[in-house]
Amino acid sequence: MLVKQLSVFLENKPGRLLAAIDKLAESGIDISALSLADTAEFGILRLIVDDPEKAKLVLAESGVVSRISDVIAVAMADTPGGAGAILKILSENGFNIEYMYACVGKVSGKALSLLRVERPADADELLRGKGFAKVNPAEIYRI
Amino acid sequence: MTIRHPEIECMPRKELTRLQDERLIAQVKRMYERVPCFRARMDEKGLKPEDVHGVGDLKKLPFSYKSDLRDWYPYGLFAEPMENVVRVHASSGTTGKRIVVGYTANDLDMWADCVARMLTGIGVTSQDFVQISFGYGLFTGGFGVHAGAEKIGATVIPMSSGNTALQIQTMIDFGATVLCCTPSYAMYLAEEVARLGVKDKLHLRIGVFGAEPWSEDMRRCIEAGLGIRAYDIYGLSEVLGPGVAVECAAQSGMHIHEDNFIPEIIDPETEEVLPLGAVGELVFTSLTKEAFPIIRYRTRDICSLIAEPCSCGRTHLRMRKPSGRSDDMMIIRGVNVFPSQIEEVLLKIKDGAITPNYQIVLDRVNHTDTFDINVEMSEDFFTDDVRSIEKMERRIVEALRETLGIGAKVHLVNPKSIIRSEGKAKRVIDNRAGKM
Repeated sequence: MLVKQLSVFLENKPGRLLAAIDKLAESGIDISALSLADTAEFGILRLIVDDPEKAKLVLAESGVVSRISDVIAVAMADTPGGAGAILKILSENGFNIEYMYACVGKVSGKALSLLRVERPADADELLRGKGFAKVNPAEIYRI
Repeated sequence: MTIRHPEIECMPRKELTRLQDERLIAQVKRMYERVPCFRARMDEKGLKPEDVHGVGDLKKLPFSYKSDLRDWYPYGLFAEPMENVVRVHASSGTTGKRIVVGYTANDLDMWADCVARMLTGIGVTSQDFVQISFGYGLFTGGFGVHAGAEKIGATVIPMSSGNTALQIQTMIDFGATVLCCTPSYAMYLAEEVARLGVKDKLHLRIGVFGAEPWSEDMRRCIEAGLGIRAYDIYGLSEVLGPGVAVECAAQSGMHIHEDNFIPEIIDPETEEVLPLGAVGELVFTSLTKEAFPIIRYRTRDICSLIAEPCSCGRTHLRMRKPSGRSDDMMIIRGVNVFPSQIEEVLLKIKDGAITPNYQIVLDRVNHTDTFDINVEMSEDFFTDDVRSIEKMERRIVEALRETLGIGAKVHLVNPKSIIRSEGKAKRVIDNRAGKM
């Protein structure tokens, strides 16, 4: 399932992450998943939120640039080897995983993972063809 | 201390003025005949060489500017045919284009003599080993001091800049007694010497430092750290290079070699000449330079001249350390940098990834200047991709290094995040004041 991810640019200054998170909280934006990529010079905060368009606007008002893009949400068995099964399929079919992170909660008893690949729609179709259940975005945003 | 040419350096003021009169008249005539830019400026003012009867007429003459060197790049301001020019040097201009200066054999000899006068005056002799850690190359620092040290018969160690461990090892092994470099590098060397615990292996006794501003506190620190007496040397390539003005053993202001250069202090706004002792912009006229002579060159350095005679017996006027600039030039690790150069580099990156909104942040850490540039990215540039941001930062760093010759740290920042006051962004934040 493709879901909308919000990527937020964080300058390398103390308090930037907190400021962004605070801003979203003030506007009643709910975060279901979160990951932080960080380099020596800057960071990128990646979020799954209930209203990405509104979140983007809120951040822009406070001078923070962000970008909405597609990532794949996959529900996997919450047992050892659950993530491996998915990665194996993608790798065998030539999909390069740029990054991956997990959701804070579960949907229908399954662990949720978010994956970024080059051709998200194709990868999503592949996984669904292999029997990975469709995840309702509404469910994810509710977490 | 010894005076190299007492008959010149201690010349009675009256005689000195007469010498300057003669030389100025000849120089103006020569330049009027040979330098189209100067001739045009004289004509504009309705002046002929015959209107100049001596130093008293200097204030009538037109000014010259750094931009002239750009407009007449590379050799258009030279007063000698290139066959008589034996050396060129270059330094950064206000934009991407460098400025070029030239020297005849006589010019090089005069330059070496200016430096030799200083070295003699502070007690350097043919017994000394002079380690020159100024950069060699198009920059005037290395070669300028080098020739002066050779002239007095000292043993020159032409180290050039960089590689601190090797610098210290060389000082120890080769028995350097005199060190020449930028003051901030001297501070750094002093610290490394302390860290390595090798101060008692050094033979240093004298230091000659210049090419960037430094304070009296820094002087005391360098002197204590390296166990030397530290002296200040002033110069700029447009006028000569290091050695235009030099300290004597009294360490209280730098004597300007007035047989070669006439200083004036002007109000940078009104261009009025200010009385002796007043603070203003330093202006130089070169009396003896052949290849690239200058009349009333605006240095943009703010300082004052000292009217009182010096305890050393020299009669040539002294200048105080420049306290600032009348333009926006920055001196970063000894290199002259103009904000306009940075703007030009950013404007050349035309793929829409960045805006030309930037902010320079200067600071000093471990006696070395830090040079950070924040650049606003455009709204559309930010994607989810770490690599494209890093790539863009590297690209800007490389482009800046090509233009400026020094490394900067570039940080992409949010669009419109650089604070603008009255619509104009504050381009430079300099936190170096008071830090050594």
